[in-house]
Amino acid sequence: MSASVLFDAPGPKARRRSLIFSIISIALVVAVVAWALITLAAPRQSSGITLPGSFDPSRWNIFADPRVWRDIGGGVLATLRAAGVAAVLALALGIIFAALRTSVYAWVRVPTTVVLEFFRGMPVLLLMLFILLASSFGAYWAVVLGLTLYNGAIIGEILRAGLASLPRGQREAGLSLGLSRLQTKTYIEFPQAFRQMLPVIVAQLVVLLKDTSLGYIVGYNELIRTTMNNMASFYGNRYLLSLFIVTLAIYLAINFSLSALARRLARRRVLR
Amino acid sequence: MNAVIDNLPTYLQGFGLTLSLFFIAGVSAIILGTVVAAMRISPVAGLRGFAAAYTELLRNTPLTLVLLFFAVVFPQIGPRIPYFASACVGLALYTAPFVAEALRSGVNGVPIGQAEAARSLGMGFGQSLTLVILPQAFRMVIPPLVNVMVALAKNTSVAGGFFVAELFTIGKGLANANGDNIIPILLGVAFFYLLITIPLGLLSSRLEKRWVVAR
Repeated sequence: MSASVLFDAPGPKARRRSLIFSIISIALVVAVVAWALITLAAPRQSSGITLPGSFDPSRWNIFADPRVWRDIGGGVLATLRAAGVAAVLALALGIIFAALRTSVYAWVRVPTTVVLEFFRGMPVLLLMLFILLASSFGAYWAVVLGLTLYNGAIIGEILRAGLASLPRGQREAGLSLGLSRLQTKTYIEFPQAFRQMLPVIVAQLVVLLKDTSLGYIVGYNELIRTTMNNMASFYGNRYLLSLFIVTLAIYLAINFSLSALARRLARRRVLR
Repeated sequence: MNAVIDNLPTYLQGFGLTLSLFFIAGVSAIILGTVVAAMRISPVAGLRGFAAAYTELLRNTPLTLVLLFFAVVFPQIGPRIPYFASACVGLALYTAPFVAEALRSGVNGVPIGQAEAARSLGMGFGQSLTLVILPQAFRMVIPPLVNVMVALAKNTSVAGGFFVAELFTIGKGLANANGDNIIPILLGVAFFYLLITIPLGLLSSRLEKRWVVAR
């Protein structure tokens, strides 16, 4: 619903007012940003020692060292590896969950629903801790399996919604051709449901990628733990802010490209 | 099971902290999210751009990084604040864009014909908004908004990684102290989280069913 329907087209007076508001708000934002930058750039007294300003070369010089970038690259790879493995496993688990959840047998459907609700209602972090403490798989598998269980449950629900949105005739046609219920589901219903829900699934995979950062807390050396914990304690706290900015930039770059992919998939669906 | 019952006071202490994180961050996120959503649909281009940039930035940043900023990086560059306050600020700032998107999609979800009909009946901006658009938008907004709150309740556990002794941290401590009873201890923690998330989820699906707009 566009706002223009709600009120008449603004006249010269209203347009001028809107322009003035625009300028004031932009000036405010610029002022806040400038104030923050000036505060950051000023040298700072901290427990007796004077630190140079945040933009002083001495607080950024580690990034001239290729070893730093190799370590950061290792962190990025660790994040992507955990996210990739968890994504594949979560998709597989989601398909299984969706199939069981839509079973015709109540003794399959009802327990699956309980399990799904359990995983969906739990913090991912708690699932990771569970796996970390109750098994001896180590931090990497705690992150991967925690993400798999949680996102598998979510993707299962997404696929179920996709199955429910298909026209009844699809299933009936499959059955009337003599396919069994399982065959109808695998060859006719799931491929369509999957395509229907692809944008939502990709959006969920972006969430999964973001959640690999919980490895920071359970002790898996992914990107944030590599930069903000290991490197910050190796090179010193004076580099915290610069490391933070670099980490943030890397995350934004990865997530924006994935989100752009999701949007492209969504557009393609509309066009077809 | 005994380990859980013996440690019930400790659990409740953590649960209380989780609940207060949830309420403080939730209310602030709803207020902030409403402001952001209003900026996002306002006729002032400057506000619109600012709100869009804020939404995109926070939605693509992991919560861990946001909380890490307020707990670890911020004290390096600004005043030292208590960890509980920094967790609340981080959670609220992270959740607000999701609230804003839920609100915006509700207003955008009202078909344009409704607004046109109201206008063609001679209603002004205020009348068509309060009598026609918002009552319909409200019904479409509540279920996704409840879902955002469920996500927030689960996300409070991340604050446990940043020096706030809420339910997750309590559970971790208890599991370390009772190495022979890890599974019951952690199931106890899970129970308290489900105590928040499952009723909210049921509420969301009930409202969705009751308020479905037949068109």
